[in-house]
Amino acid sequence: MQLFTLLAGLALATALWSGVQAVNTEARASYDSAAATLGEAGYDQLVSGDDQPISLETYVALRRAGWLVSPVIEGQINGVRLIGIEPLTAPSSLGPVNLADGADIGAFLSGRGQVYGTVETLAALDVTGSVAPDLAPNVAYTDIGVAQRMLDRAGEVDLLIVAPDQPLRQLALREVAPNLIRRAAAAGSDVGKLTDSFHLNLTAFGLLSFAVGIFIVNGAIGLAFEQRRPVVRTLRALGVPLGALIGLIAVELMLMALLAGIIGVALGYVIAGMLLPGVAATLNGLYGASVAGTLQLRPSWWISGLAIALGGTALAATGALWQLSRMPLLAAAQPRAMAMAAGRRAKVQGGLAAILIIATLILAATAQGLIAGFAMLAALLIGAALGLPIILSAVLAFCANRARGVVGQWFWADTRQQLPGLSLALMALLLAMAANVGVSTMVSSFRLTFVGFLDQRLSSELYVTAADANQAAQITERIASEVDVILPIQSVTMPIASIPTEVFGTRIHDTYRDTWVLLDSLDLPWDQVASGEAILINEQLFRRAGLNVGDQVMLDAVPLTIVGVYGDYGNPIGQAVIGEDLFVKLYPDVGPLRFGVRVPEADVNRVRSILRDDVGIPDAQMINQAGIKAFSLDVFDRTFVVTTALNVLTLAVAAFAILMSLLTLATMRVPQLSPAWAVGMTRAELGRLEVIRAVLLALLTAVIALPLGLALAWALLAVVNVAAFGWQLPMYLFPWDYVRLFGFAVLAAAIASLWPAIRLARTPPAGLLKVFSNER
Amino acid sequence: MNAKIIVLALTPFAANAQGFAGLGGAADGFGLPTPAPTFDFPTDHGPHDNYRIEWWYLTANLQADDGTDYGLQWTLFRSALAPETGSGWTAPQLWMGHAAVTTSTDHYVSERIGRGGIGQAGVTAAPFSAWIDDWQFSGDWQTMAMTASGTDFAYDMDLNAQGPLIFHGDDGYSVKSAGGQASYYYSQPYFDIAGTLTLPDGDVAVTGSAWLDREWSSQPLAADQTGWDWFSLSFDDGAKMMGFLLRQSDGTAYSSATWIAADGTTTAYPDGAFRAEALETSATSGATVPTTWRVQLPDRGVDATVTAVNSDAWMQTSVPYWEGPVRIEGSHTGRGYLEMTGYE
Repeated sequence: MQLFTLLAGLALATALWSGVQAVNTEARASYDSAAATLGEAGYDQLVSGDDQPISLETYVALRRAGWLVSPVIEGQINGVRLIGIEPLTAPSSLGPVNLADGADIGAFLSGRGQVYGTVETLAALDVTGSVAPDLAPNVAYTDIGVAQRMLDRAGEVDLLIVAPDQPLRQLALREVAPNLIRRAAAAGSDVGKLTDSFHLNLTAFGLLSFAVGIFIVNGAIGLAFEQRRPVVRTLRALGVPLGALIGLIAVELMLMALLAGIIGVALGYVIAGMLLPGVAATLNGLYGASVAGTLQLRPSWWISGLAIALGGTALAATGALWQLSRMPLLAAAQPRAMAMAAGRRAKVQGGLAAILIIATLILAATAQGLIAGFAMLAALLIGAALGLPIILSAVLAFCANRARGVVGQWFWADTRQQLPGLSLALMALLLAMAANVGVSTMVSSFRLTFVGFLDQRLSSELYVTAADANQAAQITERIASEVDVILPIQSVTMPIASIPTEVFGTRIHDTYRDTWVLLDSLDLPWDQVASGEAILINEQLFRRAGLNVGDQVMLDAVPLTIVGVYGDYGNPIGQAVIGEDLFVKLYPDVGPLRFGVRVPEADVNRVRSILRDDVGIPDAQMINQAGIKAFSLDVFDRTFVVTTALNVLTLAVAAFAILMSLLTLATMRVPQLSPAWAVGMTRAELGRLEVIRAVLLALLTAVIALPLGLALAWALLAVVNVAAFGWQLPMYLFPWDYVRLFGFAVLAAAIASLWPAIRLARTPPAGLLKVFSNER
Repeated sequence: MNAKIIVLALTPFAANAQGFAGLGGAADGFGLPTPAPTFDFPTDHGPHDNYRIEWWYLTANLQADDGTDYGLQWTLFRSALAPETGSGWTAPQLWMGHAAVTTSTDHYVSERIGRGGIGQAGVTAAPFSAWIDDWQFSGDWQTMAMTASGTDFAYDMDLNAQGPLIFHGDDGYSVKSAGGQASYYYSQPYFDIAGTLTLPDGDVAVTGSAWLDREWSSQPLAADQTGWDWFSLSFDDGAKMMGFLLRQSDGTAYSSATWIAADGTTTAYPDGAFRAEALETSATSGATVPTTWRVQLPDRGVDATVTAVNSDAWMQTSVPYWEGPVRIEGSHTGRGYLEMTGYE
């Protein structure tokens, strides 16, 4: 039993840690290789304006007109994204493949079937190519000529990458290829930021699982030692030297830790294997690039898994061995003695907890950077965990004082006495629950804000992009009478308070008044902006430049009062809104090419067909708002699939810790329960009380976990998020989620205590009687 | 992502990253030059796809109205992966263009690389046109037009031939080593050139003289040759001289020269007749290279010092080398061009 507890506890902690690590490493590696494969988004591109593929002739005509462009073709074969590039003209920093030495570039260019991809990818394509293990899965690269042949699209090109440095002389695009549209390089950081937020989630979970793991290991070792005290006493009494004993125990522990570590890493592999499809789905949603659904056994994480097992054991064993070495030779392994010792330890622990909580408060008030934010999280969690037994003990003492009746008093006192043995498991439960509350609050707050933000930013029913100013004028002219209002979208990038800012010239309309949520504002902000004397800025600019509502900023020498700050989630740079009239006055040459069109939902398709047929706007340049919203939410929801899975897992491990602790304690508790039985309580009654006790402790822990979790959520939203992404998310509360979580925690504790309780209820009376006959 | 595909893509030119020394590779399946050639013009102005490498190589010494010296280069290289023409993306002919303008203080360089077979780059013999992207060199070999542009410079030139084609070596069969490696090699050193240089400081009207080299082969260097120092010198008295040293890994060099008298008659000199000795080296933005030379052709009484107009005429291209205008002083005076390859 003891062996099982130790092994299982260690193995589970290791599994949790290495599982999360594996997922994190794998996700990062997959993302990195996906991002590193083709940096075409970092360049301006020429794309077709009429949904027709670009012809080879157009490509050559552009080259001969002085345009340094490089063709790319892309298609799907057997689920593999096949990308054809032209290596001679591709920008030099566009590097798809880390080619192995001796790669036959001649074969690559001459189209003798050189395809680069992972082993699996090449198998899916059914080609003999060159294995490039660091390519993203299901992505293959080859020469454009080969790709055209494989995709059966001879002479076709999907897009042209525009090299950043163009020659002094070139013909205008409209003279060479009037049907092509130049698409600006993606800022790239939008996706990057989402990635960061995803990895931050995983990292936070790695940290938590580490903490939970350490507590479990600590608990398992501690209990193992408690159980062994009688044996140690006997051995020492028989003359075994202390040093030899400690050495032997240490060696034994390390061997067990190693075994448990190996089991744990294997388990972690299974966990990661189960989670990874979720991660893959998430990344797929985020980047549209597929990610390995299979796991590679990376040395970094199995070594770190073993290290955690050994390190955790060493940490826990050091304390225990130290105690052992100081223990009086014949000190009895009595639970009460254990509780008394715990009382002394509690003071140290309490002091530590107080220091950590104070540190948390100080950091909460001052924390600026990401590291400080994480330090605060760590201080908060460890402080709270260490403080837990003290709080519980105080609560139980209070209850014991107010309890009436013998059974009640005995119950409370007995619960309190059991606390030290259970405290580590309860700490794990506390952390798991707090993490659950914190992360689910954060995620749900994030989602609510995000939905609101989408509603605000995608308030028009239809978005139309014109190819040029002429077409833009036609749009306005043709549909002005058909729709409620046309809202032009135009912007320039200008420094505000020395920070590069995207300045939008906006036609002030009720759409904005109704849908935009301002984080802070003066009276009638939109009317002031419309008057041309005021400006609205986003939160990023607000924070970075340290501006305040009411301050004045200069935009091209025009003084403007900041009348409001709006949330701008996901945007890495500064943004500001000024009135359309002022914008036109300042930047007469810009002219809007994009328009938001307000029109009753039922008329959207009619307006689309008018624009398509009468103005010649290709469908690709018209976007229905409903579609974007659905897509964005889908991507968002997938991001947190994994988070939810990890939540459940953490909770399950905490429940296991409780089970183990209770099982261990059960054996030791027989001597204490026997008198209660002897004075007339039935075994069933005792068993019931055991369950009630566990549920009660879980409930108390949960009550403490709630504020802790909320504090955690607050720290994540208001400190870590600001540090990581530059914006603060409003925090919302979700009482029903918490109630459900309470239910889970209680259920977990009840289930965990059920077995020990049943065992107790079935203990043969002889076993209970033996207590009295044995000399202790 | 360190080794980018683009770097490897250039290996036909870099010949497996050994630089110009790789030109000594075996010529499997490709045509080999044979002695006593007969040329067929205008066909031979066009590409010879069954030979591994070929170039249309123009250098010019220019002067602005205020007397400022400029150098100009326009080069189109053809490199074949296989001895066939082909069409479309699978055509094994690759093209590389180099353009440069050199002043006494600056050196502007641009490079283009492209695929034959799709129309992005190529050469047609009749009517003659050589192009890569928007760069072009075309005409009837009497009057020609030439243009190129980079991110920081551009030029438009008109050329007018004032003399005959010059054939090097044995009537255009130019031996490159004691082992017999050779190329077909002829020149048009008599172009008058005039046009406009577009430089960061503005447009400059220039006039001068240009020298066009045509050369093709499949294995121009011996395996133990590491690079060359090539001189095209136009003396003020109307005579011209082409001379090169092919440096060998044992420290010796294989030399060759063509003396072009003012009336256009040529004399080919075998190994050893032409001597060039480095007097001074300069650290450039690439390698350290000799930028002052003593060149001698005792048979013609030539003992002159050749000095780079701009010692830092380093061509930072996929295969880097040094190419720039020179001044000649000593027994003869004049101007010319110097090319040095294989320095590291």
